[in-house]
Amino acid sequence: MHILKLIFKNSFRHKLRTFLTILGVTVAILAFGLLRTVVSAWYAGVEASSATRLVTRNSVSLVFPLPLSYKEKIRQIEGVKGVSYGTWFGGIYIDEKNFFANYSMEPRTYLAMYPEIIIQEDQWNVFLRDRKGAAAGKKLAERYGWKIGDVITLKGTIFPGNWDFVLDAIYKGRDDTVDETAFFFHWDYLNETLKKAGRGWTDKVGWFLIEIEDPDIAAEVSLRIDKNFKNSLAETLTETEKAFQLSFISMTEAIVIAIRLVSFVIIFIIMAVVANTMAMTARERIGEYAIFKTLGFGSFHIAGLILGESLFVTMMGATLGILLTFPAAAIFGKELSQYFPIFNVARETIVLDIIAALVVAFVAALFPAWRAIHIRIADGLRRVG
Amino acid sequence: MNKKPGIVEIRNLCKAYQRGNQLITVLQEIDLDIDEGEFLALMGPSGSGKTTLLNLIAGIDKADSGSIRIGGIEITALAETELAAWRANNVGFIFQFYNLIPVLTAFENVELPLLLTGLSKGERRTHVETALRVVNLADRMDHSPGELSGGQQQRVAIARAIVTDPTILVADEPTGDLDRDSANDVLELMERLVHELGKTIIMVTHDPRAANKAHQIKHLDKGVLNAHPQADF
Repeated sequence: MHILKLIFKNSFRHKLRTFLTILGVTVAILAFGLLRTVVSAWYAGVEASSATRLVTRNSVSLVFPLPLSYKEKIRQIEGVKGVSYGTWFGGIYIDEKNFFANYSMEPRTYLAMYPEIIIQEDQWNVFLRDRKGAAAGKKLAERYGWKIGDVITLKGTIFPGNWDFVLDAIYKGRDDTVDETAFFFHWDYLNETLKKAGRGWTDKVGWFLIEIEDPDIAAEVSLRIDKNFKNSLAETLTETEKAFQLSFISMTEAIVIAIRLVSFVIIFIIMAVVANTMAMTARERIGEYAIFKTLGFGSFHIAGLILGESLFVTMMGATLGILLTFPAAAIFGKELSQYFPIFNVARETIVLDIIAALVVAFVAALFPAWRAIHIRIADGLRRVG
Repeated sequence: MNKKPGIVEIRNLCKAYQRGNQLITVLQEIDLDIDEGEFLALMGPSGSGKTTLLNLIAGIDKADSGSIRIGGIEITALAETELAAWRANNVGFIFQFYNLIPVLTAFENVELPLLLTGLSKGERRTHVETALRVVNLADRMDHSPGELSGGQQQRVAIARAIVTDPTILVADEPTGDLDRDSANDVLELMERLVHELGKTIIMVTHDPRAANKAHQIKHLDKGVLNAHPQADF
């Protein structure tokens, strides 16, 4: 019977207290889930990177270019399967607050290395033929209401002037881990325009993207590439795409650590709240536990009643919190899409939510259960009446 | 009455409590024999040790020294878990404040001790209905304690005490919280349990009317047990 029924009924003996505790757990799990999702979003680029892709950049800094002529030299290095290149453009769309990643690249070779980026064939063909053509991610196009054929003007910051692009393609991600907020166009267009204007950076690229045959030889190939350009005018630094992405995050690591810390502080606070509720509950029912003991119920049963109630209240709150995390993350993701192109609630976050709720339930029940088990029956019975 | 000898045998039972630096003796070398089917009343002033003696007999407190044999089992030698199992099978409890679980119905309260047995759900139902019929509350089995009067709650508590067919029933001031009519009902019910079902009852009471229902009255004073001067029936 009724052990489960008893746990359920006991949980609602103080309806307001139970409601407030469940509400507290719900808010805590929701906040925990959202903060963990922010951390996941921070690392989304790292997670999406491929082990078979390397990035070669100027060893001094990414702001210094590399000669395009390196491309053929890199292609000849053992273990290299394909080479492409790109240059960060850093253009502004209407206003500085409208930030999104925009860069030039050689589309055939570049996108061949990103099978996760999907472009319809007809759009792809138009994009390849159109020198001023550009492609944008689905979310970015939705954000600004862009349609195929629209002319999009970006104001150059690194490369001054207004740059007009024709939106020839809108790409989709193969799954929800792919950033759909990037904007890219032909490197040739950038290079030719710079040549015409007689500016610097002609026949130069920001980075080379390299596909290797086997992820296990990434370190060796990286060393070979960098050795090849040792003592040249532009020495290189080659690293895996993951390490390249991580180098950006390392600049903001303190913020990520702070967010992680706060997420655990929230769990600690709610643990104290639930523990307080369970301590009050167990203190009020110490006489009843004595009656159970009198009837022959053992420590296991008494602990089960207290733990069961703690689990019930905590898991109710956790379930609500988890269910609310999805719509809340969708709203946050939409509002913060400029900063977090991928804002998905990861399966690991839900697992962490559940683990956190279970830990809260067990820890909160620990002391009241211990106390209820160890109180002498005669002392417990004195509390009745 | 159909008395059988020696269901409870207590010898040289002592119990003391430590309060600060002071050792307070509650029971001194108690010897007591209770026959099967006997109704014994324990009387005495507050603090005389009645409830402590009852708790020791019921196995919910530990003696400092001495022997308590119930149904041939030396319960002072039992470990805590063995004692819990022994209580479940051998002792029925009736408390002054009924001590029913407020969120369970009368049926569920009576069923509680049976959850520790291997009985099936159907068998448990039969036992519970029988016990509730004995206390004339079969028609109230779906009521929660809050929907019952004090006397009815005490009768549910008695049904819970007898549902496992225990060796002894211990009652601590069973009429202490009841009005006169309800108290009479409960006492009559306890007499029926002794006379018709052959139960052994040990009852602590302050109420001489309740004590007069017993076959034997023992008087405790400052931890020493004496036969009640007016209790020879």
